[in-house]
Amino acid sequence: MAREALSSWGSDLASSLVRSSLAVLARFVSGASVRWLDCQPDTCQRVYFANHTSHLDAVVLWSALPPEVRVLTRPVAAKDYWMAGPIRRFLSCRVFNAILIDRTDIKVHRSPVDLMIGEIGHQYSIIVFPEGGRSSGPDIQEFKSGLYYLCRRRPDLELIPVYIENMNRILPRGEVLPVPLLTGITFGPPMWLEAGEPKHHFLARAREAIRRIQHLRGSS
Amino acid sequence: MLVSDFKTLGLIGGVLVLLAIASAVAQILARRTDSGLDRAIVDTFRRRVRSWWVLYALLAFAFFVHPTATIVLFFFISFWALREFITLTPTRPGDQRTLFWVFVVCTPAQFVLVGLKQYELYSILIPVYAFLLIPAGIALSGDAKRFLERTAKIQSGLLISVYCLSFAPALLTVDLPKLPSGFEDPYRHARLLFFFVLMTQLSDALQYAWSQIPNKHLVVPEISPTRSWEGLFGGTASAMLLGGALWWATPFQGADWWMAAVMSGVISVMAFAGGLSMSAIKRDRGVHDYGTLVEGHGGVLDRIDSICFAAPVFFHLTRLWANWVISAQSQTLS
Repeated sequence: MAREALSSWGSDLASSLVRSSLAVLARFVSGASVRWLDCQPDTCQRVYFANHTSHLDAVVLWSALPPEVRVLTRPVAAKDYWMAGPIRRFLSCRVFNAILIDRTDIKVHRSPVDLMIGEIGHQYSIIVFPEGGRSSGPDIQEFKSGLYYLCRRRPDLELIPVYIENMNRILPRGEVLPVPLLTGITFGPPMWLEAGEPKHHFLARAREAIRRIQHLRGSS
Repeated sequence: MLVSDFKTLGLIGGVLVLLAIASAVAQILARRTDSGLDRAIVDTFRRRVRSWWVLYALLAFAFFVHPTATIVLFFFISFWALREFITLTPTRPGDQRTLFWVFVVCTPAQFVLVGLKQYELYSILIPVYAFLLIPAGIALSGDAKRFLERTAKIQSGLLISVYCLSFAPALLTVDLPKLPSGFEDPYRHARLLFFFVLMTQLSDALQYAWSQIPNKHLVVPEISPTRSWEGLFGGTASAMLLGGALWWATPFQGADWWMAAVMSGVISVMAFAGGLSMSAIKRDRGVHDYGTLVEGHGGVLDRIDSICFAAPVFFHLTRLWANWVISAQSQTLS
């Protein structure tokens, strides 16, 4: 009994050590400068939604959050990628505490939105990439509707648009070797799903929120 | 290691006092809102003082820790400056592989060769090997769009922020004339580097100060709204006076004391050239600082542009002078 407690304490310590050193490493490697535009870091329940151009996006965004917010924030990621191999499994389950979505097994009664809502409870925030897949250029694609269904079930969640800059130049699609350029992470003002707001209108508004930050940052 | 000679203590102690005074002045100016001084000038000055402290701490390392530590620190500065340069440069996906090798192999290799004192290798690694392999690597990607422009930008970034900057720590490895028998001076290389960086920063500051006089004549208003002829000449003349007054700290001794003044003049002119060229690049890219994309304040490259341009020239002239003195010494011996 005591031994079990000790070993679980030990592995907790290991994962929290890996967690903080990985965050520091990610900050250094990405050289990320973090900006909060009309928005403050908070431990309240939030949905961080960002543009998606690289495998490293979730890690870089996650490491940009203050430590006390970071432990309460879980990236939503693809199960087939993050369960492949022991290192990825350790990172996704123990370090990032990721919510893994099985892309091959989506059913009506057990949809990704159900899973997310069950996993976050009334404590956790999540990181999502509503474009679905990684885009290859700087243009932000149309959003998938998951974000809308999530908000309709939980309209109290604060939505934070996040613009990730330059990640497509650091590790573009199909490349394995990253180039250590400097990234920028900008958190925008919170938004919510309005009562009775139509799906396409809401998704366009959310996409526009990220594009507004993109234009403010003055880069294409 | 304990630094005990008066020259070294005088140099690092004197600069410490100067920095403390500069910090105090910056603090007082920042508190007094009614001083009638331009707010922007006060802020620039405070940022400058902060980066001076960082540079000073880095260089103090050269005295107290092994020279390798200084070379490693300059490697990190170089690496960061190159990141800023390439981040601001539009690249295409076809440049990915080449950039990877530039960052991961070429940049560390340059500083390793400096640390190994391989002058014949580090003086040509980037201008010959990297210069030729970068276009070949980009051509291999099969993307010919704006080929020459992309190649030239990566080459320039590598030359300015890695090659040129590496000649500053290389000052620690240059062969200096033999001292008269019975004399020892283990810190003269470290003092040479310290003198060099001190003179680049003093030249910047003096040129800025001389540019504050009214009715100034701008050198190129299209590129820099602050750099004036008065700043260039006044700054260079006063840098030569100050540098000459510091001859005792440099290896330029005996009949060559005036070299300290001439070298300071060269540093000042090259610092001017560096600041002006980097301003032109920034103006072309439409940014105010290299750090604009990166941080809220100026980037690393904004702080070291004068060092980058002055370092290879100062190194080259010092090496020429030292080799000349050494060959004269060996002739008198034989």
